[in-house]
Parts: sequence; structure tokens; C-alpha cells
Amino acid sequence: MKTIIKNIKGIYAIWYREFKVFTRERTRVISSLIMPLMWYFIFGGGMGRVASVGADYHHFIFPGFLVMMVIFSSLFNGAYIVWDKKIDFLKEVLIAPLSRTVIFFGKVAGCMTDALLQAMILLIAGIIIRIPFTPISVLLTIIMLFFLAIGLVSMGLIMGSFMESPEAYGIISSAVVYPLFLLSGALYPLDKLPVWLKILTRIDPASYAVDGLRDTILGVSALPYNINFLIVLAFDIVLVITGTWAFNRMKL
Amino acid sequence: MNTIEAVSLTKKYEKLTAVDALNLSVKKGEIFGLLGPNGAGKTTTLMMLSTLLKPTSGSASINGFDVLKEPSKVRASIGMVFQDPSSDEILTAYENLKLHALLYNIPVKEIDIKIDRVLALVDLQKRKNDIVKTFSGGMRRRMEIARGLLHEPKIFFLDEPTIGLDPQTREHIWEYIKNLARETEMTIILTTHYMEEADRLCDRVAIIDAGKIVALDSPENLKRGLGGDIVLLKGANLAVEEIRKLPFVKAVEEQGAYLQLSIEESGKHLQELLKVAGVIEFVQAHSPDLNDVFLHYTGREIREEEGSSMDRLRAISRAKNK
Repeated sequence: MKTIIKNIKGIYAIWYREFKVFTRERTRVISSLIMPLMWYFIFGGGMGRVASVGADYHHFIFPGFLVMMVIFSSLFNGAYIVWDKKIDFLKEVLIAPLSRTVIFFGKVAGCMTDALLQAMILLIAGIIIRIPFTPISVLLTIIMLFFLAIGLVSMGLIMGSFMESPEAYGIISSAVVYPLFLLSGALYPLDKLPVWLKILTRIDPASYAVDGLRDTILGVSALPYNINFLIVLAFDIVLVITGTWAFNRMKL
Repeated sequence: MNTIEAVSLTKKYEKLTAVDALNLSVKKGEIFGLLGPNGAGKTTTLMMLSTLLKPTSGSASINGFDVLKEPSKVRASIGMVFQDPSSDEILTAYENLKLHALLYNIPVKEIDIKIDRVLALVDLQKRKNDIVKTFSGGMRRRMEIARGLLHEPKIFFLDEPTIGLDPQTREHIWEYIKNLARETEMTIILTTHYMEEADRLCDRVAIIDAGKIVALDSPENLKRGLGGDIVLLKGANLAVEEIRKLPFVKAVEEQGAYLQLSIEESGKHLQELLKVAGVIEFVQAHSPDLNDVFLHYTGREIREEEGSSMDRLRAISRAKNK
């Protein structure tokens, strides 16, 4: 029992720090909202004229736009572990009498909160611009984004734990962020893609989140929400286990 | 009782042996210094003793716990102040300390009381709710010292506690460390490449060079070990053999163009020395300091300007915050 309390306090400690930083870095929060908004209005405005997706194009891409926010923000947060390494902050955390696993879970909790809060801003914007949400679909959307964030934050932390320089992280993460986003089906339906691309979309956890959200928000999807959710969960399990391993072997 | 016991502690990297079979025992309540130039293996030693780095071979115990077998218990017994800034500069001093308190499982009810207590110790109560980014290098260091003390460690590690700080701030930090040692039973281990720092603070000093301890004793004994005052002579044709025969001359060494002598009571004997030495171009006499001790054991001087580029960066980043 004592150990459990100690570990929960450890996770809370890391979360506390991430959350405080998040609330102070307003420019970062605002600038990270700009990218999805640009895609939504500029790209969506242009493509909406030519695309036929069986629904209003702006409605069609809205789930992808929420998922995009989670992808960008989750992977961006992984960069912070590289900064922490660069100054001695990470040493200060790792020298505490806690296991690396606890530190990893604290990091996931903290970064995930950031990603979700940003997605929530967009979700509220969506309700205001009359995306046909129901209370149930709002709830299911939040749940899906929550579990997607766990996996993607872990992915960012895994990459960050192997890297020494923030610049290298920047390059690698954009090489991961864009495929994750473009293959998620956020902008177009995936069923018309050539086979080799289709295979790639299958290993993109974000594609299941997009599909699941389309089911609950618009009622059009390849797979039902529940199946999509279970697949995202499976990705989470693999990524969290890998992340725990990566943190335990991380050198300073 | 020894709180720290290291037995043939070794860290090897591919080509380099950073720490070479180091033996060390530190008594409870001591202020113990590891003195050496950059790259001597001081920080690596500290990292191994604090479980952040696994030794290649050898063992160490801290507060009775083995660093390899019980790292968690070792970590609960120690506090650490790192060489580089290790606080989050977007958080306030209070928030940085609270984060630390939670990581060390300090009971929630006691957190605020303890934070106030350690901040008072380093005179930072007034800056408690200020963001660390607004702190000077010295203030940030003091805050990190306070943070390291928050969980009341039995052993306190300070890695180059005054590197990159101005002389006045350095003086202040020495005061804090001395008071700490006087008022608590804490064992303090510090690394430094400042001779004066080791001299002023430490009960015992280990001079470390290329991963090995070359001398270990109290600063007084180390200096006394040189056999008296240091006299430097320069001249075209010094009568070296005659000088050697003088009864008060304890050692004669050639140091480049200079002849370095160790002499008992130089004030009394200088006249006699100069009489036999021949034509003198330059003479200088001083009581030995740790610099001379270091020179004696390693054949080199620790010079501050040989500080690595990382040191300069540190100094700049600290200065920038002022």
C-alpha cells in the first residue's frame, strides 16, 4: 500500500510539472492550434469543392482534424524529454527513489493531458460550428482521443528516449507525424487507395481512431466504433510496454 | 562508521578509463572534496555513487546500501546538486521544490513547512513564488541546494557547487555549505576544480587525476607534506648543487626556466639561500597552497583557463540569467 501511494505521488509529481508548463506556455498552445485550423479551413475549403465523400466535406474531415491535433501535440511533447536530458533536469527526476516505469507513466499522463486539452478546444469549436454531435458521440470521441493519445505520447517518448539532440528529434518526429496524419484517412476515404498504401494505413493507429470517430459522429465508417477502439487499445498496450522498456534502458 | 565506502570502483568507456579502481571511505559528518581538473573523473565518480551510472567493475555502498543491489534505498539516502542547471525554469521556486517533495514521497501535510524551511536556509523566502527564469545564476544554484536538502538526506553530493559563479556569490555559497555541515550531521561530498574551495570547505581532500586518487588527506596535511614554503628562483647559472646541500632545503625541482624549492621557514632562510644561489633574475616565496600540492603530485597545474568549452557555455548561460 505504501509503495502504491509513493508511486501515485511520483506520477502526480511529473504530471504536475507538465501541466504547470502547459498552462504557462500559452504561445505554444495557441501556435499548435493554428496548424489544424489551417488544414481545416484552407485545405478543407479547397478540397470540399472537388471531393465527393458521401457527406459534407467539412463534416467528413472534422474527426481527422481532432485526431491531427492529438498526433501533433502528442509527438511534439516527446521532444521535451530530449530538452530535459540536455539540461540536468532529467537527472534530477531519475535520481529520485522511484522506478523508471513510474517516471514513464507520469510523463504519459502529463503529455496526454496537454494533447487532450488542446483537442478539447477544437471539439468545442466543432460543436459551435454545428458538427452534428450528440452527448453520446462527444463522450465516445473523448474516450477514443484519450486512448489514442496514450499510444502516441508513448511513441514520442520512445523516440525521445533514444535521442540526444532536440534538432534530431524535430527531424525524426516530422518524418513520423506526417505519415501518421496523411495515412490516417483524415482527409480522404481510405478504401480507394492503392493496395500498398492501404497496407500502410493498417499499421497507423490514427486511422482506426479517425474511422471510429466517423462512426460515432457521422455514422459512416469502414469498421464499427468498438472494433476500432479495441485496435487502438492494442496499439496502446504495445507502445506502453515498449516505452517502459525504453525508459528503463535510457542512458543519461 | 563510514557512510561511503567505494572499493576499486571503475568506469571504462570504449577507449577511456574515466575512473580507475578508486578506493574511498568517507566518515559520517565529514565534508569530503574530490579535487581535480576537468575530465579527471570527479563527476563520473559522483554519478556512480548516486546510482545514475553503472560502474564497469568494483562496488560502492552508501549509508550501508549497495549502489548496485539497492539503488532505491541509496537514492532515498542522498541529495544531489548537479553541475548544470537542473530545475525547470518555467516553474516557480515553490513549484520546483514541490515537484521534488512529491518525487521523494514527503507527506503532503509537511511539504509546505519544509519548503519554507529550506528556502530560509538559502535566503530565498522572498523569491518563493517567482519563476526560476528570473533568477540569477547564484540564486538558481541556491534554490537547487535548498531542493537537494528538502528530503533531509543523510549524504549530500555537490557537483562543482560554485562553477561559473562570481566570487561574491561563491563566498555566500561556501557560507551556506559550512553552516549546513555545522548544524546537521550530514556528510557532504563535493567535487571542485577550485583549489580555494577545497581548502576552505573540506575536512579531507582527495586529489584526483586521470581517474586515480594521487593524494588524500586534510588540506593542512597535504600542504605540510610538501615540507615547507615554496621558493621559485630564476637565474642563468644557479648553483644547484650548493642549494641542495643547504640543511633547510627539503626539495629541489626544475620547473621549466624556474627552480622550485621547498624550504623550511623561508622568511628566516631566504637571505642565506640567495647568498649561495648565484646571480638571481627572479625570486618569489610563498606558503604552499593546494595548487602546489597538485603540481607536486601530478607535475601539472590545474589552471582555470583550461576549462572546457562546456564550462564557458555554463558561465554564459548563468551570466545571461542575471
